[in-house]
Amino acid sequence: MRYQFDFSSVVDYWPSFLHGTLMTLQLTVIATVVGLAIGVLCAIGRRSQVRLAQLVCGAYVEVVRNTPFLVQIFFIFFGLSSVGLRLPIFTAAILAMVVNVAAYSAEIVRAGMDSIHPGQIEAAESLGMSTPQIYWYVILRPALERVYPALTSQFILMMLSSSVTSQIAAEELTAIANTIQSDTFRSFETYIIVALLYLALSILLRIGFWGFGLVIFPRRRKLGTPL
Amino acid sequence: MGGAFTVNHLIYLAQGVVWTLALSALAFLLGGVAGFLVMLLRISRKKTLRWLSYGYVQIIQGTPLLIILFVIYFGLGVVGIEVPPLIAASVALMVYCSAFMGEIWRGCVEAVPRTQSEAAECLALTRWQSLIYVILPQAVRIATPPTVGFMVQLVKSTSLASVVGFVELTRAAQIINNSIFQPFLIFGIAGAFYFALCYPLSVWSRSLERKLNVSRR
Repeated sequence: MRYQFDFSSVVDYWPSFLHGTLMTLQLTVIATVVGLAIGVLCAIGRRSQVRLAQLVCGAYVEVVRNTPFLVQIFFIFFGLSSVGLRLPIFTAAILAMVVNVAAYSAEIVRAGMDSIHPGQIEAAESLGMSTPQIYWYVILRPALERVYPALTSQFILMMLSSSVTSQIAAEELTAIANTIQSDTFRSFETYIIVALLYLALSILLRIGFWGFGLVIFPRRRKLGTPL
Repeated sequence: MGGAFTVNHLIYLAQGVVWTLALSALAFLLGGVAGFLVMLLRISRKKTLRWLSYGYVQIIQGTPLLIILFVIYFGLGVVGIEVPPLIAASVALMVYCSAFMGEIWRGCVEAVPRTQSEAAECLALTRWQSLIYVILPQAVRIATPPTVGFMVQLVKSTSLASVVGFVELTRAAQIINNSIFQPFLIFGIAGAFYFALCYPLSVWSRSLERKLNVSRR
């Protein structure tokens, strides 16, 4: 049997595809910003002297990193609705993504913080810097600069896994593709187009993160860090 | 909506665990073979082969696994082959696995000091001989921790097979949840099962990494 490719009927849906792409981007950006903030706090918690904070942050990171994203989404979305808390789907999707991103970035940021030489911190202490100052200028900024490549590739992986939120019918690219393919019966063509869109999005994000890195880290600019 | 969580439900979930394990093992074996091939192509001397495999890796790593799964599931469907979900899921995971592991292993092969392959060349070993007798035995040591780490990723990824209707752990949990609707409990248990599978692997990967670092210091 010869299969006749027919992209024309699918291409007519381009406004929906565009909408889905933008939604995926929006999900990713929000989850990345909030997730990174929580991740940094969690990394600080794991390094703190307080035993409880160490324990809680460590357990959180391990649990999230060793269970599938799909199960986390179901747990959050259906779980919250079973106790009467009916979140809008988009909010639930963002919540699940934030929980996930935060754990992964906590682990990456912690690795960066651990790579700061203790002598640096002692030097800052002897200069009379306060603890928040030390954290901001001596530990956090160099650490983030060091792990920036790992962080950004984690964020791009997160953008790709946002497709999983289609399983609770969050209106992003994959969910829209599911609708389009059931409208047109052109499932193969639809998913090929969506695959290309995701590919374009990940390349775009990689270039964007590279440019952003040059802007916020002057040293990367001087070294001429490649893409 | 009703009914309590019973032992039968737990047995059903445990059967799901078996299928999750089976799918992971299948994907790891198939993906390992394909990944080895990808690695060979990536370090090939022919420029076209290098570029082709590079393109393959970039495309697979830049597309969500879910979409790869759909393309294969529906793609094989339109060619006229009715694919069982298990086959579709294994092929998709194999493709996914081959790109990631191929790239991991390429990094490990290239991490073996250059002087080793130069020495092999001086001893008049052919490229294959030097790869098999000199480079790979050393690369395997470097490759073990990240490979075990990737296995965690793989076990978690098998949960996506539930989307095409393959009854593994996540799908089993969904089916039970549809009948008794106690999501916190059921997905909590499913999560605990996944954790029990993945956490030992994570710990093992970390300890392997530490050992490797000690020996290289």
